[in-house]
Amino acid sequence: MTYLDHAATTPLLPEVLAAMTEQLGRVGNASSLHASGRAARRAAEQSRERLAEALGARPSEVLFTGGGTESDNLAVKGLFWARRQADSRRRRIVVSPAEHHAVLDSVEWLAKHDGAEVTWLPVEPTGRVTPAALAEALGDGADVAVVSVMWANNEIGTVSDIAALASVAREVGVPLHTDAVQAVGQVPVDFAASGADALTMTGHKLGGPMGAGALLLRRDAECTPLLHGGGQERDVRSGTLDVAAIVGLAVATVAAVGSREERAARIADLRSRLVAGVVDQVPDVQLNGAPLDDRIASGPGRLPGNAHLSFPGAEGDALLMLLDARGIECSTGSACSAGVARPSHVLLATGADTDRARSSLRFSLGHTSTDADVGAVLEVIGPVVERARRAGMNRR
Amino acid sequence: MRVLAAMSGGVDSAVAAALAVQAGHDVTGVHLALSPDRQTLRSGARGCCSVEDAHDARRVADELGIPFYVWDLAERFTEDVVDDFVAEYAAGRTPNPCLRCNEKIKFSAVLDRAQALGFDAVVTGHHARLADGQLRRSVDAAKDQSYVLGVLRPDQLASAMFPLGSMTKDRVREIAAERGFAVATKPDSHDICFIPDGDTRGFLARKLGSRPGPVVDAATGATVGEHDGTYGFTVGQRKGLGVTVGDQRPRYVLGIEPVSRTVTIGTQDLAGIGEVRTGVPTWTGPAPEMPFAAQVQLRAHAAPVACEVAPGEDGGLRITLAEEQRGVAPGQSAVLYEPDAQRGDRVLGQAAVETACEREETVRH
Repeated sequence: MTYLDHAATTPLLPEVLAAMTEQLGRVGNASSLHASGRAARRAAEQSRERLAEALGARPSEVLFTGGGTESDNLAVKGLFWARRQADSRRRRIVVSPAEHHAVLDSVEWLAKHDGAEVTWLPVEPTGRVTPAALAEALGDGADVAVVSVMWANNEIGTVSDIAALASVAREVGVPLHTDAVQAVGQVPVDFAASGADALTMTGHKLGGPMGAGALLLRRDAECTPLLHGGGQERDVRSGTLDVAAIVGLAVATVAAVGSREERAARIADLRSRLVAGVVDQVPDVQLNGAPLDDRIASGPGRLPGNAHLSFPGAEGDALLMLLDARGIECSTGSACSAGVARPSHVLLATGADTDRARSSLRFSLGHTSTDADVGAVLEVIGPVVERARRAGMNRR
Repeated sequence: MRVLAAMSGGVDSAVAAALAVQAGHDVTGVHLALSPDRQTLRSGARGCCSVEDAHDARRVADELGIPFYVWDLAERFTEDVVDDFVAEYAAGRTPNPCLRCNEKIKFSAVLDRAQALGFDAVVTGHHARLADGQLRRSVDAAKDQSYVLGVLRPDQLASAMFPLGSMTKDRVREIAAERGFAVATKPDSHDICFIPDGDTRGFLARKLGSRPGPVVDAATGATVGEHDGTYGFTVGQRKGLGVTVGDQRPRYVLGIEPVSRTVTIGTQDLAGIGEVRTGVPTWTGPAPEMPFAAQVQLRAHAAPVACEVAPGEDGGLRITLAEEQRGVAPGQSAVLYEPDAQRGDRVLGQAAVETACEREETVRH
């Protein structure tokens, strides 16, 4: 099996499995006062400190959640509600149309049910949001509740300069949330240095468990809770702490951030060979997103493991199926619960036409990717594309 | 063989896929998303296109250990089946959308795509027998679906597999239960999948709007009522005519004339049909030599009647019925069978009804 869908989820790190297994064998609610509770709390708080350190945050800025979707919902809705509560003029949400659905659908829900107004940020053909575009959208910021711009795009891998964007938002006093689910462990992420007010991260994209994530939230950021209850996590996210998951999340984050430089270089090299090999066999293939060697102020302008390609005349879901039948696992974009292939909203946002959006495929490499994986794709991609094109021609 | 199993999420297609796997084929499951705005949950026993149905199909595929994908054919389905359905009604005809779907979607768009992707055949859960290129009725007469497959050509049949034709529906449910499929007890779907509430007239009214016209009594030529649209009527229909004529005898729709929007009604003695004229036929095998004797089925659940088939006008057929029939509506398919009690009646072909008339008399719409 050739697994090239690490952006969907990446294999658990062995040290995470070991740490979680050990913790799962222990009793203890981190909110309890007795010895078992204290031991659980100690494990959770140590994890909080380690995770904070790895991401340039303070421990008190780490709120453990059930994953990326929850963190995005909490940040977008929580910041919107709190900011509007403080000043009823603040109804506007400024957001990029290339965001993950966890952000987009939260924003659209607020627009539909809670009086929010949405300002869609223009994105460059690479998918990047520029500081100038954000400044223009914000105006004097008086009516803006929150800005949300992802650190790195989950589909096309484009990295935006969050520090520059956060500084624009800060100038007009508007909090900025960034979904960094794909960025952590892949490109340098320092919460304090970025100037962002809230940052979403999750475990299973970097070798940790599913269902465990965090929202990094500045201490001075007001955020209305989604979940009410026992008052855990600064009263912003109630619920008994899942200590084993938190331990796993922290171990994974520390490992992924610690090994990032070496691993990113290795993966970027594999990825570039993959793209070059595909271009060799399918000369009219189109690379979506930023150039492979793109740079921005904070580092790489594109995720090292991301190869997002459009194959004119072929359909993404036909390509995916043919590759799947040959033991190669990749994706047409973000997984969709209904299973119906829709043209990627991210590509459409970058100005691509529907055909290009429908003909795309995402290969995402990760910590277990090897030379042999790249070889396996290159062995079959030519005939697969040819066959998918024949099937594509049958469509009206 | 590399086989593509079309899986609706129902019990039939689940068992068909399972039997294909059991027969040793390399099977891939595909659920066809046909509705442009899919409901999350099924409503009632109708339809097969909700996300829940896709989930049911996926559950079975996962149990079978076969790959599973959803193919979005909503656009083609809308154009080729739904729009055609509406246009046919607007033209005063009574279409059969399931037949159209088999013709244009399952054994055309899907089969073409499957073949282009390297599959050898498409397997479905239709209740019909198919062996040596001959399409026959299912052993389960009550569940037989050969009528809606009658439109298939030899090349389409050559790449089709119907593993359920030799068993009863009860046996299909048994197999599903033996295999632990959750869909073993899922109710059969009825009616038209894109009209989940079953209200065809309401659906057409939304699509076509109010198009009022007269209801005319055939015996007197008098206008006896008004209607909101000819699409609310089907030839042979008795209930819901919305008019009463003096003598209180039951009236049937005899004809629909879409230009003047006239619905003609009449008593039972006028409703009998002795001859059917059709458009150009399709044959499941080599075209038979004419004239020939056969049986014809004129609606999805109608009983077959003996007939004589002869060439008609413009490449169509003239089908003379041995006994008079009611409710023969233009647009419906006349599916021709060669009776065979041993191996199952064989489907010869089909043609769309153009006009139905009393024998050797004036043609009426």
